[in-house]
Amino acid sequence: MTADEWQVVWFTAWVSALSTLLILPFGLALAWALARRDWPGKSLVETFVTLPLVMPPVATGLILLEVFKKPGVIGGVLHRLNCDVVFTWRAVLLALSVMSMPLLVRSARVAFEEVNPRLEQIARTLGAGSWRVFFTITVPLASRGIIGGMLLAFARALGEFGATIMVAGNIQGKTQTISLAIFENVQIGDDSHAYRLLGVSVVLAFLAVWGSEFFLRRKKTT
Amino acid sequence: MSLLLKNISLPLAHFTLEVNIEMQRRVTAVFGPSGAGKTSLLDLIAGLRRAQSAFIQLEDRVLTDTTKSISVATHQRGIGYVPQDLALFPHLSVRQNLLYGSKSGRAGNLLFSFEHVVEVLEIEPLISRGVTQLSGGEKQRVALARALLASPRLLLLDEPLASLDTALKAKIIPYLTRVRDEFRIPMLCVTHDRFEALALADEIVVLVNGQVLQAGPVLDVFNRPASADVAKITGVETLQPGIIADVNEGLATVKIHDMTLTALAPATGTREVFVCIRGEDVILQREAAVASSVRNRLSARIVALRTEGALVRVELDAGFPLFALVTRPACTELALREGEQITALIKAPAIHLVPR
Repeated sequence: MTADEWQVVWFTAWVSALSTLLILPFGLALAWALARRDWPGKSLVETFVTLPLVMPPVATGLILLEVFKKPGVIGGVLHRLNCDVVFTWRAVLLALSVMSMPLLVRSARVAFEEVNPRLEQIARTLGAGSWRVFFTITVPLASRGIIGGMLLAFARALGEFGATIMVAGNIQGKTQTISLAIFENVQIGDDSHAYRLLGVSVVLAFLAVWGSEFFLRRKKTT
Repeated sequence: MSLLLKNISLPLAHFTLEVNIEMQRRVTAVFGPSGAGKTSLLDLIAGLRRAQSAFIQLEDRVLTDTTKSISVATHQRGIGYVPQDLALFPHLSVRQNLLYGSKSGRAGNLLFSFEHVVEVLEIEPLISRGVTQLSGGEKQRVALARALLASPRLLLLDEPLASLDTALKAKIIPYLTRVRDEFRIPMLCVTHDRFEALALADEIVVLVNGQVLQAGPVLDVFNRPASADVAKITGVETLQPGIIADVNEGLATVKIHDMTLTALAPATGTREVFVCIRGEDVILQREAAVASSVRNRLSARIVALRTEGALVRVELDAGFPLFALVTRPACTELALREGEQITALIKAPAIHLVPR
């Protein structure tokens, strides 16, 4: 493994982890609101959140590019704030977050729905306010689904390709992730390079799944 | 306790729950068949459900007033709730379950100490277990203790004994009476079991299809049902306070005024009991002194006869008011007439003694 390869692996791992952490609060809030509350426009929001899962990733990437590019509405504002997004590492983070959000929201929503509302109600009669009920009853009881969702989101982020390349490009040392590097190396015929990165992605995926299984099993026995 | 429920109206699937009542006694039983709206009523009082209209006041505090858009949040009502499924938190240990309520900011004015509650309900040996390892009766006690430790001003119990078998019921009732007497918390207890209502409550509210049919002291309601509907639901025709004079080989000698009856001894050692006899368990007989296995034979005078469909309800004076239900043909055959003397037979196992 060369220094460049290590840089790609490291960048991919931390930006995937960061995107998972970034979407966690929003994803959980949204999943809870979808599972426990009825509000106008709910089905619309639900559809929007699921969209990146069913749309071609490249199309999602193109939409993000249009929204966040410099002359664009949000892109213009961010440019004035000296916080350019497209073709920087922030764009990678954005693409990974948008693409992995549906997986977290869907698992967490199912997990929240499976928590018996009676337990939350009784917790309230014991004097616990909404936040305390959420963090001491709802989240712990839904934790398996939430962790599963986080893992899926993280794995999805690790392998993201289409949206990333549209909005962040494929700039070596700056926005290049493992997937992008494998693609580029195969394109230019540098197969050994590609295979080493392939090996690394298999190991990363294995560690993520195995680690979470280990965690969940320990949780079950305690 | 004073719990005022005024202008309650809550549409449910098949009827509208409509309640207008003031509960004054320390323990009130809401009594009625399943699906009568009893749990919905508890949910309303706890603030877990919103009614179309409602005015709920506990002591001097208004908890709900829909005309003024007042609705105190559930966690600020100070009302303990033990639901039918108990709702113990499965991811927490017994100790963590017990301490959940006392950590809720009301800790400053704890009504009872952790040690005291644990001692009264005999939870000590269970405390470090997970709640999934508890038996039905143990779960019941833990749920009760958890609610008490949140220092409630009113305790709502939803069918506290419904999920337990007869043997366990007999074991749990003393815990409930102990909670009632030791901690002196007002309780509202939903039940469809008349013996549970008798054992626990001072006052009873009969709720059927969302309507209050009768409310008042337990003995009044059971002995003087306001309507045939209430009588059908309460089911016990004869209900008298009695005193166990003697227990011998599982049989108790009970005194009602100066009459003596033989019945099966109750599981607990209390002497003061309610004697419950169902009308269909009373046999009427013309000739006296035929040898039979029946333990109780009482000489009685027929006070009144009332036809109820295929049956005749016979009111007797056997030294205490006693009711018998006989078929109309039997009534004709025996030529029962008001004012006549007759012998009433009751088997010992048909006499139910409920501790009071």
